[in-house]
Amino acid sequence: MAAAAAAVEAAAPTGALWGLVHDFVMGQQDSPADQVAADVKSGSYTVLQVVEALGSSLENPEPRTRARGIQLLSQVLLQCHSLLLEKEVVHLILFYENRLKDHHLVIPSVLQGLRALSLCVALPPGLAVSVLKAIFQEVHVQSLPQVDRHTVYSIITNFMRTREEELKGLGADFTFGFIQVMDGEKDPRNLLVAFLIVHDLISRDYSLGPFVEELFEVTSCYFPIDFTPPPNDPHGIQREDLILSLRAVLASTPRFAEFLLPLLIEKVDSEILSAKLDSLQTLNACCAVYGQKELKDFLPSLWTSIRREVFQTASERVEAEGLAALHSLTACLSCSVLRADAEDLLDSFLSNILQDCRHHLCEPDMKLVWPSAKLLQAAAGASPRAYDHITSNVLLLLLEQFHKHSQSNQRRTILEMILGFLKLQQKWSYEDKDQRPLSGFKDQLCSLAFTALTDPNTQLQLMGIRILTVLGAQPDLLSSGDLELAVGHLYRLSFLEEDSQSWVAALEASGTLATLYPLAFSSHLVPKLAEELCIGESDLARGHESTKCSRHVHCLQALSAISTHPSIVKETLPLLLQHLWQMDKGNMVAGSSEVIAVCQSLQQVAEKCQQDPENCWYFHQTAIPCLLALAVQASMPENEPSVLRKVLLEDEVLAAMVSVIGTATTHLSPELAAQSVTSIVPLFLDGNISFLPENSFPSRFQPFQDGSLGQRRLIALLMAFVCSLPRNVEIPQLNQLMRELLEVSCSHICPFSSTAATKCFAGLLNKHPAGQQLDEFLQLAMDKVEAGLDSRPCRSQAFTLLLWITKALVLRYHPLSSCLTARLMGLLSDPELGPAAADGFSLLMSDCTDVLTRAGHAEVRIMFRQRFFTDNVPALVQGFHAAPRDVKPNYLKGLSHVLNRLPKPVLLPELPTLLSLLLEALSCSDCVVQLSTLSCLQPLLLEAPQVMSLHIDTLVTKFLNLSSSPSMAVRIAALQCMHALTRLPTPVLLPYKPQVIRALAKPLDDKKRLVRKEAVSARGEWFLLGSPGT
Amino acid sequence: MVGLGSEMVGGGGASVGLLENANPLIYQRSGERPVTAGEEDEEVPDSIDAREIFDLIRSINDPEHPLTLEELNVVEQVRVQVSDPESTVAVAFTPTIPHCSMATLIGLSIKVKLLRSLPQRFKVSWSCAWGWTCTLHRERMLQSMQ
Repeated sequence: MAAAAAAVEAAAPTGALWGLVHDFVMGQQDSPADQVAADVKSGSYTVLQVVEALGSSLENPEPRTRARGIQLLSQVLLQCHSLLLEKEVVHLILFYENRLKDHHLVIPSVLQGLRALSLCVALPPGLAVSVLKAIFQEVHVQSLPQVDRHTVYSIITNFMRTREEELKGLGADFTFGFIQVMDGEKDPRNLLVAFLIVHDLISRDYSLGPFVEELFEVTSCYFPIDFTPPPNDPHGIQREDLILSLRAVLASTPRFAEFLLPLLIEKVDSEILSAKLDSLQTLNACCAVYGQKELKDFLPSLWTSIRREVFQTASERVEAEGLAALHSLTACLSCSVLRADAEDLLDSFLSNILQDCRHHLCEPDMKLVWPSAKLLQAAAGASPRAYDHITSNVLLLLLEQFHKHSQSNQRRTILEMILGFLKLQQKWSYEDKDQRPLSGFKDQLCSLAFTALTDPNTQLQLMGIRILTVLGAQPDLLSSGDLELAVGHLYRLSFLEEDSQSWVAALEASGTLATLYPLAFSSHLVPKLAEELCIGESDLARGHESTKCSRHVHCLQALSAISTHPSIVKETLPLLLQHLWQMDKGNMVAGSSEVIAVCQSLQQVAEKCQQDPENCWYFHQTAIPCLLALAVQASMPENEPSVLRKVLLEDEVLAAMVSVIGTATTHLSPELAAQSVTSIVPLFLDGNISFLPENSFPSRFQPFQDGSLGQRRLIALLMAFVCSLPRNVEIPQLNQLMRELLEVSCSHICPFSSTAATKCFAGLLNKHPAGQQLDEFLQLAMDKVEAGLDSRPCRSQAFTLLLWITKALVLRYHPLSSCLTARLMGLLSDPELGPAAADGFSLLMSDCTDVLTRAGHAEVRIMFRQRFFTDNVPALVQGFHAAPRDVKPNYLKGLSHVLNRLPKPVLLPELPTLLSLLLEALSCSDCVVQLSTLSCLQPLLLEAPQVMSLHIDTLVTKFLNLSSSPSMAVRIAALQCMHALTRLPTPVLLPYKPQVIRALAKPLDDKKRLVRKEAVSARGEWFLLGSPGT
Repeated sequence: MVGLGSEMVGGGGASVGLLENANPLIYQRSGERPVTAGEEDEEVPDSIDAREIFDLIRSINDPEHPLTLEELNVVEQVRVQVSDPESTVAVAFTPTIPHCSMATLIGLSIKVKLLRSLPQRFKVSWSCAWGWTCTLHRERMLQSMQ
């Protein structure tokens, strides 16, 4: 009774199921499948009920109906395979295996079902093997459509992932079965999967049995990959994907070597560039798994092919791949472990290379000298053993050749080759000093370097310097005698004037070597430079300015160049500072250029000190009080006006000091910076001079209070210091300082000091944490700005203040920044300040060097330019359209500045909306606008040719017009744009070709060479348009 | 296939046996012409000089090698004669070996490059140090290229 009730109860939902099944099978509707699957998932029916409901359709004599029935079952299984019980799986597998024998129309659905079952966790052991066997036996995979072949690969992949042990039990039969499955595969999607399966077969150590060659054949037949994806390919498979996955297969086992190496040699020897590249790269990959045994028989042919490619190729890529392959081959031969009695293939291989390349090294004029050297270096760089073998042979030869050849260019080539070999040594560290292959040649190499250094030819000097640097980098190679000689040469070279190249190189080398051998430099070089500086001082005192001036500058630069080691800085910094004092004492007639030169040297020293905290502090506490003392003394009003006093207060000199102070402060630790700030801020606010050396000044130092112009100018130095401090350093008397700065910033007496005060204020504002105090400062500043903008005498100062405050806030995304930017934008139509406001946009978007820098710990958000662009460009564009005619250029100029500084990838998507404005800007008569618009359009032509080609007519006309502009820079930019135009689709350009070629004949005769150069390249490119091969 | 400087379409296919001169002498490339202060001054006119002409042709690639005419010393600055006021240019070039079958092609490349790059007022003459091996051929090619 109860059973009957249950049956009735079950009948209702199964009735619905019957309906769905009928709709799917007979009604040919696809949607019921999902419904059934969802119901099975939710537990409304069991899979068994679905099978029962399908019942007759699974046995229907009409194959289409059977296919439809099985399709429904498979689709349900695909979604519900995780719910299946082991018993159900067994039955289903039996059913499906049996169906593999069925009509071909049924097979796709059967495979889908098997794929679903292959995902089953409940699959009992043994069934995976049985499924695969059935597939291998019953299905001819390659006659199925692509999707169904893909299903077969998926079944195999699934089983390999979960049933590895069972499949391995099949032995080589599995491998053979798979070979048959993939034999003849052509679809790139399937090949990617198939290659992956083969790779797994090999790397997971499945038994290949006697089928190694077959497996190789069935994959290597695709090598080298020749595949061009169809246009608009939705699958996104690239040639490179196939190449890499096939390479992973081919290079996965040494067992392929005997078949693969002949194939690779054949393909390297072919005429097709891509085949050569692919083969060389594959060879390179193989060397990672091969040993001497695999390579042995093929070494001579491999070497012949590689040599030929490097000697004769026209393609740098082939050369590079050839060298890389040789490198790997040599490395592979070097690391194989040998039996005691076996022949060492490395030696014979290298001897072969030497034999073929050596004699070319003796002809430094000929073409093959460099390919030979590169081959030898590629092999030598592979291992210490290879390096020994080759250099012991080649270095001697090259040393000999250097002395045999007397022409400078020949000697240079030889030196460059030697340098190449020497550099390779740096790859390995040798434990034992005597093992180093270079020790034997040390004396010869040193004398070679010194010969080159004394040669009058610059190129030889340069090579000498580089060889010396490389030799110096070898620990314990050079003796103290060598070093003394080397330092002597570097000293001589750092006073070379005629040619800056060797001079720059010599300074750089001194810096590098000084870090390694500080003692040699401080004992042999620093005293000489100190002496030189003294001579310079007395010469300057006697007024021999022109003769000794450049020597003096060179000496300063040499001093800063060698300050790469703390112990050297302890000697050079006092020297430089003392030199400044000497100038100040009036012993010298120093111009601003000398003082600036000393400051630049100091700044370079400061840069070199930044990395080492102790050294950094040493520099800071030594140099800064000294510089401040000098400046304060110079600013004392009633001093007898010596020349230097005035010089020290010049704009450029102060700017040079600013950068020294900034550089010496940015890297201070917060604790030490806090220590420094407690003496420097009181100096400026209260005139507290106690920490300055030689601090007996005739009157008080009060830059903010008394109005003495000289003292006010020193606010720039305060700015350099406080704006470079780490953000968490607390500044004493901040409130007072800010008010004083604001006061000075709007005074119109001295523009230099008011700008310095403005920048200082902005710099502090940027770093100040958000809160009530910041809001107060901002309110004060805005009141000052608004008051200033209303009154005639200090309008321009008030504008500068507004500009810098805006910048400080824009950088940190402060909410008030948009309001300030709007105020600034309003000034664009101001008849007096309009042009300045337009240029102000350039300041907003650019990076400053002295304040508001990331290095100086300012708060600079990374995307501030993009954000500024998004927030303000629409308003600028709107302002442009609304503005009266005479102020329109200000808007264009402002916009140009914004666009110019924006990263091009950000600009590209905005292009369609802005393009019409840019095109209008091309007609603007302002050179700055023209130039910035052209420089904006040029990259867009290269990157977005499709959009630009809509405007081809305007572009051609405007560019050609501008190519006869009175400004040289505009002509050049216009011609560069003409050149960039050739990137547009050729059919768009061809109608203009004759006209453009005729028009470009005119700038070919421009009076300026730089313009002609651009005209030549643009015209040449236009000539080639539409010709074959371009 | 011969190319003009950067517009060169590589002739990379040449294989071992076809090279007439596989290991030629290589000369150093002169670097980019340094820009002088005068050249950057808007007002000062720069006349067309031998180096400027040489710069136009030195980077033309040899038909056989991936090397420029300058590296092979086929053209040299001293063998370029130019007079800006008279609007004349004369270029003499030396193929790497006498009777080089490529001489005609090299000559044509130089001529075409100059025709495209010089103001129309210039009269260009060019000569081969080894004499012309095949004048008729040259004329025909010149016609077809123009």
